[in-house]
Amino acid sequence: MKRLFKTYLEKPELAGLILLALLVVIFEIRSDGVFLNQDNLRGILGILPETGLVAIGVTILMISGEFDLSVGSVFALMPMCMAVLMVEGVPFPLALLAGLVVCAVIGFINGYVTIWFEIPSFITTLGMLFIARSLTIVVSGGFPPLLPVDLPNWLFTSFVGPGHMFRMSFVWFVGIAVLTSLMLSRTNFGNWIKATGGFHPAAASMGIPTARVKLACFMLCSMLSGFAGMLQVLRLGSPLPSIGEGLELQAVASAVIGGASLAGGIGTVAGGIIGTILIRIIDNGLVLSHVDANWFKFAIGFLTIFAVVANAWMRKRAKAIKMEG
Amino acid sequence: MEDAIISVRNLHKWYSGVHALKGVSLDLKRGEALGLVGDNGAGKSTLINILSGVHTADEGEILVDGKPVRIARPRDAMNLGIETIYQYNSMVPTMSIARNLFIGREPTRFSVFGVGILDQKKMASESIKAIANVDLHLRSPDALVGELSGGQRQGVAIARAMHFKSKVMILDEPTNHLSVKETSKVIGFVRGLKAQGVTGIFISHNMHHVFDCCDRVVAMARGEVVLDKRIEETSIDEVHGVL
Repeated sequence: MKRLFKTYLEKPELAGLILLALLVVIFEIRSDGVFLNQDNLRGILGILPETGLVAIGVTILMISGEFDLSVGSVFALMPMCMAVLMVEGVPFPLALLAGLVVCAVIGFINGYVTIWFEIPSFITTLGMLFIARSLTIVVSGGFPPLLPVDLPNWLFTSFVGPGHMFRMSFVWFVGIAVLTSLMLSRTNFGNWIKATGGFHPAAASMGIPTARVKLACFMLCSMLSGFAGMLQVLRLGSPLPSIGEGLELQAVASAVIGGASLAGGIGTVAGGIIGTILIRIIDNGLVLSHVDANWFKFAIGFLTIFAVVANAWMRKRAKAIKMEG
Repeated sequence: MEDAIISVRNLHKWYSGVHALKGVSLDLKRGEALGLVGDNGAGKSTLINILSGVHTADEGEILVDGKPVRIARPRDAMNLGIETIYQYNSMVPTMSIARNLFIGREPTRFSVFGVGILDQKKMASESIKAIANVDLHLRSPDALVGELSGGQRQGVAIARAMHFKSKVMILDEPTNHLSVKETSKVIGFVRGLKAQGVTGIFISHNMHHVFDCCDRVVAMARGEVVLDKRIEETSIDEVHGVL
């Protein structure tokens, strides 16, 4: 029993999960049952993949001990590149590939500059936040291009499932979440990510290629962000250069609420997703509960601090429970 | 020398103008426990870092089992059977004992380009065995290393080196910051190495620890070897004298 209790206290995403359950109940009551009805859930699940995928990337990168502030800008740049290419007549699959390559290159630059010049990734990616946003507007030429009409929306945004509950983007999201989660917990590469972020000197002295591990995480983070941006653009039907502004901090908040440590080494993909769901639910639930929507950012801020404090407390409690023998 | 497991010949190392190693030559005999002593900056750590692949020598030669080798990265040293245990650096506190035991050498299934699915069953069972082999009593391989005491961590590090059948184990000040009881435990581990046929290099500031568990003592000062004698042929005072 004690052991079970301890194991659970050590789970970093626990605080987020408890809060999530609590908020669902509160919002369901406060909104007179509107919150959990099918239409509302459908709305939440339709947007969730976009911020969720960014949070997955940011969480994994944070576990490896680094940080990415440029995800919001990459979120806008990737679909803009695709849109411009498609206007030039490039078919969708090729444009998608090119967009992902752009993201990979940005992630590579973020990582390379951070690692080889030994600068905090906070600075590198802050620079990239401006650079990628600027490129988005330059590439668009000031006017967002019109998307062609024959896009494969059936693959990304159409509603599917029983009662048309989900968009296809949700299927992608679940698939990527499961894959990245397994990668982190079940593969040796996941072990290297945690070791690199957990204690870099130990990882390096045990022969883990820490630079390559971090580079891979930077690139994965950028590519997930770009892909998420594309999902949003396909949903909105227009590549606006301003999408994703402020997303970088929301993604960090998601990761942290989900139990990831800014110092690296601790965190789970599930935690990052729980954090994202919490933010989406607060956004939606406040409105349904007839609370002034301007309290949204207040709630996110409060939640971030609260989750970190709660996690630190639980970790301390878990450590204090001594197991015999 | 015939039975030398590691020989270094005329090693030189410069750190931005500082001549840290000035032509060090040393033979490490199979199965012996060598105590390496010296003041800070004497070149002990430089020598160890070169042997463990953290740095490379600017000049000189390293022979393992009589054959010249190149140790460019930590992984090269590990593949040659040289395992280094640092004072702090060898464990990730946020990870479990089982995961720490296999860092960088995880057993995998279906691996592609070196990345694969962890064989967690194997990791759990083998880590229990490895820990028991060094006479360390821990409740579960799933406990976080961050919850272990300093001595227990060194025990796990030694268990790891034993598990991977290291031929040479380098212990870089493993007793620093440990309590008296924990220190004697670690010294016990070092004595245990001999019984299992592992060659050891034991680095310490504390002469008593070295004389407690080593066969031979090498003293370094200002980048050179200044004394190299068997324990029974020298005394703590003599070693102190040359430093």
